[in-house]
Amino acid sequence: MSVPTSAVRVENLAKSFGATHAVDHISFTVPRGGCVALLGGNGAGKTTTLSMLLGLLVPDDGTISVLGEDMVAHRFRVLDRINFSSPYVDLPHRLTVRENLSVYAMLFGLHHPRQRVEQLAEDFGVAEHLDKPTGRLSSGQRTRVALAKALLNDPELLLLDEPTASLDPDTADWVRTRLEDWRAKSGAALLIASHNMAEVERLADSALIMKQGRVVEQGTPQELVERFGRSNLEEVFLHVMRSPETSA
Amino acid sequence: MRSTPRMRVGALVLRHYYLFRGSWPRILEMAYWPTINMLVWGLTSQFLAGNSNWVAQASGVFIGAVLLWDVLFRGNLGVALAFLEEMWSRNLGQLFVSPLRPIELVAAMMIMSLLRTTVGILPAALLAIPMFDFSIFKLGWPLLAFYANLLFFGAVMGLAVSSLVLRFGLGAESLAWVLIFALAPISCIYYPVSVLPAWLQPVSWALPSTHVFEGLRIAMLEGRFDQGHFLSALCLNALYAIAAASLFLFVFQVARKKGLLLNVGE
Repeated sequence: MSVPTSAVRVENLAKSFGATHAVDHISFTVPRGGCVALLGGNGAGKTTTLSMLLGLLVPDDGTISVLGEDMVAHRFRVLDRINFSSPYVDLPHRLTVRENLSVYAMLFGLHHPRQRVEQLAEDFGVAEHLDKPTGRLSSGQRTRVALAKALLNDPELLLLDEPTASLDPDTADWVRTRLEDWRAKSGAALLIASHNMAEVERLADSALIMKQGRVVEQGTPQELVERFGRSNLEEVFLHVMRSPETSA
Repeated sequence: MRSTPRMRVGALVLRHYYLFRGSWPRILEMAYWPTINMLVWGLTSQFLAGNSNWVAQASGVFIGAVLLWDVLFRGNLGVALAFLEEMWSRNLGQLFVSPLRPIELVAAMMIMSLLRTTVGILPAALLAIPMFDFSIFKLGWPLLAFYANLLFFGAVMGLAVSSLVLRFGLGAESLAWVLIFALAPISCIYYPVSVLPAWLQPVSWALPSTHVFEGLRIAMLEGRFDQGHFLSALCLNALYAIAAASLFLFVFQVARKKGLLLNVGE
């Protein structure tokens, strides 16, 4: 059986909530080892798209293939090979960092959970907080714990929803560096939903700009900047968001 | 690297063990209410025993009944609270992007219910021995049958409550405490089914709990184990378990269609 060339292949994906078209027939791929960013304002459909990719949400239409498996019909075949982090979910606050990571290590069937937990805690700078209740950590520390949890199973595909939201610039930069290092070592694919253009320019090989549930622009960050004659991705983003021509 | 169902169920049980290990008030609270209930009914029984031949003859029936009612109540809470904990901590989205299957979550909640109920009831049952010279353990094997049936029915009710909370959100969380109490009058915990109005009796007989409490009275007053009531409770439990598991899995699919797994929390 040949290994699929794309980590994610989405075709004609759609999801509506009542009369609202949260995701309106979008298609894209994330190559193996690649990093794709979903950009968009609030309500653009980024989180809904990620939720469908994770199998937390059933699409109304379209197909999703993750690591070669149909995510709608056979999500349990791939869930141990992917992982995810989002500010919209949390880890139990009353459990210590070590307890939370140990529970997830067991859920993913790790052979040496203790070593893995301690190694990731070291990598993400939370080793000294391992025995503190997760709820007592700062938001930056909790984000790092959530990322450590997301890397527990050494995923082939990592989905991150606003990975540096609510972090100060220094911590956000630190997190991006860790993600770059991890990606370089693991060769895993990364799909990021983000509002942060600097983050996308730094991490992503290509970006999709979403507006009202549709992909209105896509390309590498450099291509997008050149296409619109702007000096950076933030200016492109603002132009696209404010331009009636690109309204979905 | 692939987890087995046993590992995943074990992981969730471990998660709740960690939660209790870190909070002695939670452990104390589990045993507190059953003990208070037992003391109130034990003292009431002592008072009534001096004023009623029937109670004097059936001394211990009320204490046995209140202890077993707590098994039903705690069995329900054990499952419902385990589920609510995941919703309160916004952990459901994390759990269901791990390889955990919904049915494994159900299995873990059932195990938690067994552990929580046993930890909660045991101190009250032991305290009844020196306080009222009543040992529910003298019932022998029938006690195990009563305990298992009530615990299971309570857990099934807890699963139904969890389904409703998943569907309607944390606004429905009070159902964890409210719904089970609606069954108390028609489960005939302290009185025989014949006390109920005739039209309500068929409803009462449709509950496994009614058969257990009738069976308990027969065991304590007549000294025999009524297999008919035991089998009725067992069959009804099987039916309710299938219904509750189907409801939970159905609601889980609805939650996946409506995006409810991410939009939970306080």
